Amino acid sequence: MSLSHQDVARIARLSRIAVTDAEIDAVSRQLNGILGLIEQMQAVDTDGIEPMAHPQDVSLRLREDVVTEPSRREACQAVAPQVENGLFLVPKVIE
Amino acid sequence: MKWEVVIGLEVHVQLNTVSKIFSGASTAFGAEPNTQASLVELALPGVLPVLNKAVVEKAIRLGLALDATINQKNVFARKNYFYPDLPKGYQISQMELPIVEHGKLNILVGDEEKSIRVTRAHMEEDAGKSLHEDFHGMTGIDLNRAGTPLLEVVSEPDMRSAEEAVAYAKALHTLVTWLGICDGNMQEGSFRVDANVSVRPFGQAEFGTRREVKNLNSFRFLEQAIKYETQWQIETIEDGGKVQQATVLFDPDSGETRMMRSKEDAHDYRYFPDPDLLPVRISNEQIARVRSEMPELPAQMKARFVDAFGVTPYDAAVLTGSRALATYFESVATASGQGKLAANWLGGDVAARLNREGKDIAELPINAERLSGLLVRIADGTLSNKLAKQVFDAMWDSELSADVIIERDGLKQVSDVGAIEKMVEEVLAANPKAVEEFRAGKEKALNALAGQVMKASKGKANPAQVQEILKQKLA
Repeated sequence: MSLSHQDVARIARLSRIAVTDAEIDAVSRQLNGILGLIEQMQAVDTDGIEPMAHPQDVSLRLREDVVTEPSRREACQAVAPQVENGLFLVPKVIE
Repeated sequence: MKWEVVIGLEVHVQLNTVSKIFSGASTAFGAEPNTQASLVELALPGVLPVLNKAVVEKAIRLGLALDATINQKNVFARKNYFYPDLPKGYQISQMELPIVEHGKLNILVGDEEKSIRVTRAHMEEDAGKSLHEDFHGMTGIDLNRAGTPLLEVVSEPDMRSAEEAVAYAKALHTLVTWLGICDGNMQEGSFRVDANVSVRPFGQAEFGTRREVKNLNSFRFLEQAIKYETQWQIETIEDGGKVQQATVLFDPDSGETRMMRSKEDAHDYRYFPDPDLLPVRISNEQIARVRSEMPELPAQMKARFVDAFGVTPYDAAVLTGSRALATYFESVATASGQGKLAANWLGGDVAARLNREGKDIAELPINAERLSGLLVRIADGTLSNKLAKQVFDAMWDSELSADVIIERDGLKQVSDVGAIEKMVEEVLAANPKAVEEFRAGKEKALNALAGQVMKASKGKANPAQVQEILKQKLA
């Protein structure tokens, strides 16, 4: 499997990463290199082996359902570019 | 051509934890904007999610109640998309290994019971809120809701009418509130329904192309939206068009659905296991403990009400519509020994009065002990139905027992034959014309005379006895 320039442009758009036309060649080559590596791994027979969801064979620790976080709105909004009435303001988005 | 509609529902059930799914921030509704957005919800660099144990146990509860498989190893995944009310750039959800799979929920449509398969239920976090108005061309973001725990419950496309879809949604709503895992408040968005709707010629095996109607927050809207969407799809096909896969929104004002996005610009979420979270493992002991803490389920209680109290399956279904109502009914029926009478009163006068005052069964001012006291007095003939209603109204506005009110207001039904005979004789003597009419064959005259006797007794005479004695005297 190899990615076309079009595929790379689409992935870049979905990931909100700016890739210029000048860079797209190099990025494609790098991504295809990684895919080549994956292809090699996929050649290994993995029948009967359970897919691994995490490299460490430990399970998740859970926390009790209690409120421990106070409001830190003032501190957080002090570093935000723009706020109003307690809201963070961002460029207009309407789907 | 005859068409068949095929419906599957996805329901977002907001879990009623006090803290968020991955942080110790509060989930209380209605707080000042962003005062409940911790560093985790704000997605500041370096923070890590820590899963709330109550979320896992509430999901197990639902899984057990749906007779589903609990996946003792389940995995969180990242669902990637960019929107400012989701600062991380991905929603933590579950994809390939959800916590609950292969359940079922029975619904009652008319007299028919039907089993709807539940494909899966998975844990995920809610996003924040975007406010598009009044910010001089900017969008306002409130992240208080971000990280609120949700269970997304996905059904198989097993429903064949809007009525069935509503019955399923209501049954699930009853179940999650019954289990105490969700407050069920639809106005506040605690229970949100998406409906996948398609149509196909009757008898055709394969499904038609579906459209997904998003974010229906009332059962009425759910029904309206499905009916409109079904009609729209049938007309589109009959007019020679084709249904395109799409996501649509329902507009309650116009009663119509409109396109939100087509399949072409549908999201590509690029799911992958979240490396920040290890697999969740659930032990047999934990499942057994959750099971032991669960209340009796509505379906079991319904069957028991029919057996133990002799109520109809329909009444039993109504009475198990909420846990509060079912518990109340059981107390009254047990204390009074009058199951059917209790069912009739709860479905009749009690429901009517609650409705009129816009109250919920939990706010009923008459406790189970007092209501059963009233029913006992109806059953033993002390009160006629009419007097019982009068006592009921007096009880509603006071803390008094039925017996105290009966005594105080002199409302005992008169069943003393001698006393009624005396009243009947007086009425007959005072109404010779009606007596004559009755003897001439005018049946209606009897009712007029009975009315006079009831009036003379101030409504307290036993109506059946009045009729009987009147007939005797006139014979």
